[in-house]
Amino acid sequence: MQHALEGSQAIARAVSLCRPQVVSAYPITPQTHIVENLSKLVADGVLECELVSVESEFSAASVALGAVAAGSRAYTASSSQGILLMSEVLFNIAGLRIPLVLTCANRAVSAPLSIWNDQQDSMAVRDAGWIQLYCADNQEAIDTTIQAFRIAEQCELPVMVCVDGFTLTHTLEVLDLPDQQQVDEFLPAFSFARRLDPANPLSVGTLVSPEYFTETRQDHHQALLDATAAIVQAQSDWLAISGRDTGGLLRCEGPDDAATGILTLGSIAGTLQEAIEEQGDAAPARLITLRAFRPFPEQALRDACQGLERLIVLERALSPGAGGIVGTEVRAALGVMDNPPQIFNFAVGLGGRDVPLEIYTHLLDAIAKGRGTGFDILDLDTGKLPAETS
Amino acid sequence: MTQEVNIPLTDLRRSQPRFSGFEAGHRACLGCGEALAARLVTESAGPDVMYANATGCLEVFTTAWPDSAWRVPWMHSLFANAAAIGAGMEAAMKAQGKSTRVIAMGGDGGTFDIGFQALSGMLERGHNVLYVCFDNEAYMNTGIQRSSSTPHAAATTTSPAGRESMGKRHMKKDIVSIVAAHHIPYAATASVAYPSDIHKKVRRALAIDGPTFLHIHTPCPLGWGHDGALTIEIARLAVQTGLFPVIELERGGVAGAMPIRKLRPVTDYLGLQSRFRHLFADSSRAKEELEHLQALADHNIELYGLRGEEKIDALDSEGADTVRRGGMRWA
Repeated sequence: MQHALEGSQAIARAVSLCRPQVVSAYPITPQTHIVENLSKLVADGVLECELVSVESEFSAASVALGAVAAGSRAYTASSSQGILLMSEVLFNIAGLRIPLVLTCANRAVSAPLSIWNDQQDSMAVRDAGWIQLYCADNQEAIDTTIQAFRIAEQCELPVMVCVDGFTLTHTLEVLDLPDQQQVDEFLPAFSFARRLDPANPLSVGTLVSPEYFTETRQDHHQALLDATAAIVQAQSDWLAISGRDTGGLLRCEGPDDAATGILTLGSIAGTLQEAIEEQGDAAPARLITLRAFRPFPEQALRDACQGLERLIVLERALSPGAGGIVGTEVRAALGVMDNPPQIFNFAVGLGGRDVPLEIYTHLLDAIAKGRGTGFDILDLDTGKLPAETS
Repeated sequence: MTQEVNIPLTDLRRSQPRFSGFEAGHRACLGCGEALAARLVTESAGPDVMYANATGCLEVFTTAWPDSAWRVPWMHSLFANAAAIGAGMEAAMKAQGKSTRVIAMGGDGGTFDIGFQALSGMLERGHNVLYVCFDNEAYMNTGIQRSSSTPHAAATTTSPAGRESMGKRHMKKDIVSIVAAHHIPYAATASVAYPSDIHKKVRRALAIDGPTFLHIHTPCPLGWGHDGALTIEIARLAVQTGLFPVIELERGGVAGAMPIRKLRPVTDYLGLQSRFRHLFADSSRAKEELEHLQALADHNIELYGLRGEEKIDALDSEGADTVRRGGMRWA
């Protein structure tokens, strides 16, 4: 059913439809509206669950972890500093193979302090062992949130659903919210085999010697690789129920014979799609929107890049002193192709810098000037800041 | 002639006269006060409990995979989040309509220091969780470093005694008062030297709907520098000197204290432990420190009214000095 909803409101409604039994969160901009909306749903009796408003993100993640371990479906959400404060718990949740869903309302990481959007926060915890799914728009945020619970519970892995802060979380649009029956049909009642139960006591989170640690890491790695199938399956099953295609591991749009490809993740995809359409036949391009960043869909990526002469990787974060995060991984994945495209890598939209429609022509100009062959930050105005003194 | 009896393990465990959730065969040091206290807590709490355990000795010596000393549902997550994990478990039990109780446990480092915020949050939100702190007064798992629970003047590896120092320069944090200031229904201290008191307090705490706190003093032979056979004696001396008052607080107010019938000077307690050895040097500074510690004990005795009556009734279960080995035990 169509509703005019703010992104955060839509995510909260989607979470509510998944019948979480414990929701635990700590407020941080731009995630706040999600937990505010969930709190209201509980207060209004729409959502029946234990709402635990904790004293930090560290405890938010810990409460959710404890709840799942004790056999309840749980949910949390955060952003930026909050993701970093809970990062120790995020690694722990993944290592314990706890099925939990977290929404990351993507925001820049301090210092300097910025409350605005980029994706440095979720990129900083890419190695925590979570599944990471990035949403291009708010409809995808609804559909991905619902799929995330099923993927998490099927794989016994936590899923981080990444939505761009403000760009998505604070934007009001007309969205299709599924009804409860559709979600119930798609998502079975929560059942966690390794739950803590006095009738069958388990010791969870034990000390592991070097004799076993390596094998536990291999198991975790393999579980993430195997999760690709669950992600694709969840998407196709949800498509059958909802009629909407969110893309599985990635989405590929544009002409098959295009020589130029652009790869990105998150809400920039929408801007690029429109910009490419505006250019029409003058500058055709294939748009590849990465939905799953963990597991990293290497093969799907190679398939999507077949026939391209050049690929521009556009991302909203960087690894200072190295360069692009996504770009580096894409280079590694495509390096084994017979005719890999030349790869250009740019960071844009850092700390809330607007990414306008002109981004597409800016990119084409930049690569024509030989920029981005390694890694460059686009749209720099270097005269603004006082010079570094050495 | 033997007869084969087929009883499910779970039924067998529940039909034992005294349930213990904590098995022998773990890897604690000889004379470990914490191991004994943990066993007493599980015995008192019974089988319908799940445990959240902070990182520390207890977690390490009980669960080197694939072995485990726990016969209760038990989880270790991190150092700083035992109270929050417990809160999550409790929320889950509530959501599922189950009556299984939750106990969160940590050492003094995991309670007084790194897990303090999560503990405060859990208490403030009123979770139905019993938090048990096993206090051995330093970071023993990492090799005896000072914590905010280490008593004044004790030597640890990060507060060593030396020519310029008489050990730790700061006071032991008064955690039970801080916890009680959350105005929770019940907070208490206990000592591993008084098992029946622990039993009584765990049972009392678990009968209360709301957050409760039990602070158990547990000597560490390795960290305190005493023979493993002296653990109980030293724990008892901590109480009898007034250095570790055994008290109960309800809604923030003192509701009871274990009286000391035969007061002992602090030197009786300190002299048995090498962490206080430097206090017995022939120097004015050492003398000053001893006087300071005696003054702290005297303050506790006055503050909580710990001075008991001289007359000893062997069957009196309230007095600190009436707990004896052997035939005088009560459950």
